[in-house]
This record gives sequence, structure tokens and C-alpha cells, in this order.
Amino acid sequence: MMNPVVVKGLTVAYQEKPVLKDINFEVPEGKLIGIIGPNGAGKSTLIKAILGLIPKAAGQIQIYNKPYRAKDRVVGYVPQRGSVDWDFPTNALDVVLMGRYGHVGWFKRPGKKDEAFALECLRKVGMADFADRQISQLSGGQQQRVFLARALAQEAKVYFMDEPFVGVDAATERAIIDLLNELKEQGKTVLVVHHDLQTVKEYFDHVLLLNVEAIASGPTESTFTMENLHQTYGGKLAFLEKGQMIAEQK
Amino acid sequence: MSDLMNMVLNNANTQWVLLATMLLGIASGVLGSIALLRKQSLIGDAVAHAALPGICIAFMLTGEKSLLALLIGATITGLLAAYCIQFVISNSIIKEDTAICLILSVFFGFGIVLLTKVTQSPAGNKSGLSDFIFGQAASLVGSDVKMMAITAAALIVITALIFKELKVLTFDPEFAKGLGLPAGFLNLVFLSLLVAVIVIGIQAVGVILMAALLITPAVAARYWTDSLGKMIVISGIFGAISGVAGTLISTLGEGLATGPFIVVTATALFLFSMFFAPGRGIVTNAIKRQINHKKINRELTMQKERGEYL
Repeated sequence: MMNPVVVKGLTVAYQEKPVLKDINFEVPEGKLIGIIGPNGAGKSTLIKAILGLIPKAAGQIQIYNKPYRAKDRVVGYVPQRGSVDWDFPTNALDVVLMGRYGHVGWFKRPGKKDEAFALECLRKVGMADFADRQISQLSGGQQQRVFLARALAQEAKVYFMDEPFVGVDAATERAIIDLLNELKEQGKTVLVVHHDLQTVKEYFDHVLLLNVEAIASGPTESTFTMENLHQTYGGKLAFLEKGQMIAEQK
Repeated sequence: MSDLMNMVLNNANTQWVLLATMLLGIASGVLGSIALLRKQSLIGDAVAHAALPGICIAFMLTGEKSLLALLIGATITGLLAAYCIQFVISNSIIKEDTAICLILSVFFGFGIVLLTKVTQSPAGNKSGLSDFIFGQAASLVGSDVKMMAITAAALIVITALIFKELKVLTFDPEFAKGLGLPAGFLNLVFLSLLVAVIVIGIQAVGVILMAALLITPAVAARYWTDSLGKMIVISGIFGAISGVAGTLISTLGEGLATGPFIVVTATALFLFSMFFAPGRGIVTNAIKRQINHKKINRELTMQKERGEYL
């Protein structure tokens, strides 16, 4: 089976010291993959480097056996919620419509079909009633769902999501994970930057443990182990005791 | 007064000037809205101020007051200033506001030095060069004013064509790149549009106040709507009103600069919007809050009377 995402020897450096060093990993199709690691491990950088948003010093990225090109429209992206100005004069439906821009093409406006599709995406994340709502008047969880709907509107095969669970309540987290599982059932591959170690085993089929280098990657069952966590998080003792507990839970 | 107004309106050149300042106002309002949301208001101010040395150098080189040559000079130093700001931000620990302040004053100061030198030298017909500081729409003539009108119209059309791309790039640059949009190229296109509208505006509005025609209509328009498309249209209308009103008032009096009247008109529109715009204005909001509080209190009282609270 062809692996949808293959990363070989990826290195990224802003200054002298690399932020990501010789990253090699592959992810299988139709799975939920968690990207796990401490702050400053380069998790967001990894996603941005794969998507070509920041330059890489070395390495190759293959998406479905081809070098990544945004215009192929195979990849959908959910940036961190805090990365945009939510006071921007626009409503929820309009933000979701942005996901259609790649399909619409230059100089043209999204049509009725695109609008209907965007509305359907909002419905899937439970936000259809908020289509006309100014985005600054949405709660954090609702804003996150709008971002997810926008990614759905991209109709991609592989999704990259940067911390979609940050600052959302339990109900929204549940709704998001249900949606991710639905995507998985449709054969889509979803890579998620994730912080909460307690839910890793429940949410993800595969994990990539990252701390500047790729510490380990593979099925959650065999990869999310105490030993690998120890290597990923280093000598943070109090934290590791908690990690031990989590790793031992079956 | 009305006789004077009639005379002004029947003058063919004045009609062209009015059309040109109207189109300029629309283009400024439209591009200013996007500049505002991209947090590039100050860049616009710096580019406008930095146009002055370019105007003076172009005059010194050509020895005549050909608007085209002066505007080319203005474009070059304006773009150079924008580039310098970017260079200082990327290559030093200096932050954006400081970098803009630094570059703006250097270029404008140098411009004033050159202007003083030009006006003191005996050569050439330099009359009207100092009009570029505060703007003099009435001094626009013939082909110049047509060039200005056509350029402004072209800027409006180009912005409308790439509206969708500019919108997503402004709201979420990383997502826009993820869509495959050429972000670097689009940024450059927008900067060029911004510089172009500033350059064609400086003779009418002046280098000092041009930024106000870019930003004030946009800020005023933001009070009236939560949709970018509508904001741009309203901002364009406010810009047009400011341009036309400022030009008319300055044409009525002898030797009145245009820029200040344009800016005063735009500011009046802004103040009105800030206080009275439905939904967001300070006064309208206060009234709405009052009504809302009364309604809530009335409902609570009624619930208590019905014994719904213990």
C-alpha cells in the first residue's frame, strides 16, 4: 500500500542550531496520527515545513509519491486558532468558503454550489446555525470548528491540523474527534499536533514522537511507551511520573 | 456663493479635477481598507512622506515640472523607503514601529532639505513644487488629471479582480499559502497598488496627509459593517465624498490647500461613524444597552411576581 506521507531527511534551521534534524517517517493511509512532543520540539514547524510554508535546509517530502505541491489540492490545513485576527470583518460561512478558493481559481468568485458545499461543511461540524455570525462573536471552540469546516471544504486526502484541541471545551473536543474518525472512515489520513498525553492512546492509531529529532514513529500500541516518552521529554521528573502512569494504563 | 459654485462646476478642467479626486478617493478607500486590515497603515504613511525627495530629485534632474517625471521619482523613493523598512525589520532587532518612524523621518527630512535647495536655486520654473506638501488639486491640469483618473480607475479594477486572493491572504496568510497562492507575489502586487494610489494622490492631497485619505475612510467604514466586501464599498464612498468635498472647498477660496480639507471631511465622516453607526457607534451602543437592561429587569420583575423565584 502506498503511504500518503513520506518524509526523508527533513532538516529545518532558522539560526545555526536546527529546529528539526534529519526527520524520517512515513504514515499509512486512512489513519489518525498524533504528533507528540514537548514545547519547542518543532511540531508546528514540522507541519509548516511539509506544507512548504517555511523553507527547509534539507530533505524530501512526498505526498502520495509526488513532491508536495499546494496546487495539487491533496492536502488540507488547519492552522493554530491564534494565528489569525478574529476581528477580521467576515462571517463563519465566508471563512469556510476560503477552503473552496483553490477549486474556484483566479479572478472568479465562489458560486452557489461552493456556498452550498461550505454550508454543508459547517453542518458537519455542528455550526450551520452560525453561518452568518461575525467570527469575533464565536467562542474559541466554535472558531476551531469553523477552521475544521474550512479544511473539510478543501476536499483533501491528507489533513494537517495544528493543535485543534487547544482551548476548546470537552463537548467540542468530542465533536472534533468524532469528525476526525469520520474522515478516517472515508479513507483520509489525518495528522494532528497534540499536547494531552492522557488521550493519545484513545485518539490515535499511530504516533510520531518528536523532539527536534524523530524519536519514534509507528502504531500507538508499540510506540507510545514509557521508554520512548522518556527519550522524547528528557529529564522532566515530576512530569515523567505522570507519564509512567499513562504509559502503564491499558 | 452659489454663483461661485456654478462657475466652478461649469469649468471643464474643474470637472475633470473633481472626477479625478473622486476616483482617487474611491481607490484610496478601497486599498486603504485592505492596508488597514493588513496592519500596513503606517507603511502607507512612510511611503507618502518618502515621495517628497523623489519629487525633488526628479525636478532637479529634468529641470521642469513634468508630472509624469515627478511621479516616477516619487514612486522610486517611496518603494525604496518601503524596502528599507523591510530590510531594517528583517536584519536588526529594531521593531516595525521604530523602523517605520526612522525611515519616514529620514526620507522626509531629506526631502525638505532638497525642496529648500530647489526653491532657493534660480534655475527653472519651480513654482508649485511646494504644493506637493499639502496638496493643490486646482493646480492639476489637462493630461495630468486624465492620467490620474485613469490610473485610479485601473487600481480599483485590479483590486476587484484579485479581491478573493487578497482577502484570504490578509485574513490567514499561512492558509493562503497552503492553498497554493503565490503569497510573496501577491504581497508585492498589493504594495505596488498601495504605492501607486499614494503617488497619484500626492499632488491633490500632499505627502503629509495622503495616509489619512487611505486610512480614515477605511476606519470609518469598519463601524458600519462586519463584511469585508461591504466595508470596502463604504470606504470607497467615504473616500470619494472626502475627495470631492475637499476639492470643491479648496477651489472656492484663493490658494487654499486641498489636502487639509479632504482630511477634515474624512475625519468628520469618521467621527459621525464612531458615535452614530448602528451596532457599533458609541452613542447607538449606549442606547441599545439601556433598552436591553430595562427589558431584562422588566422580565426579572415579572418572573418574580409570578413566583418563579423563591
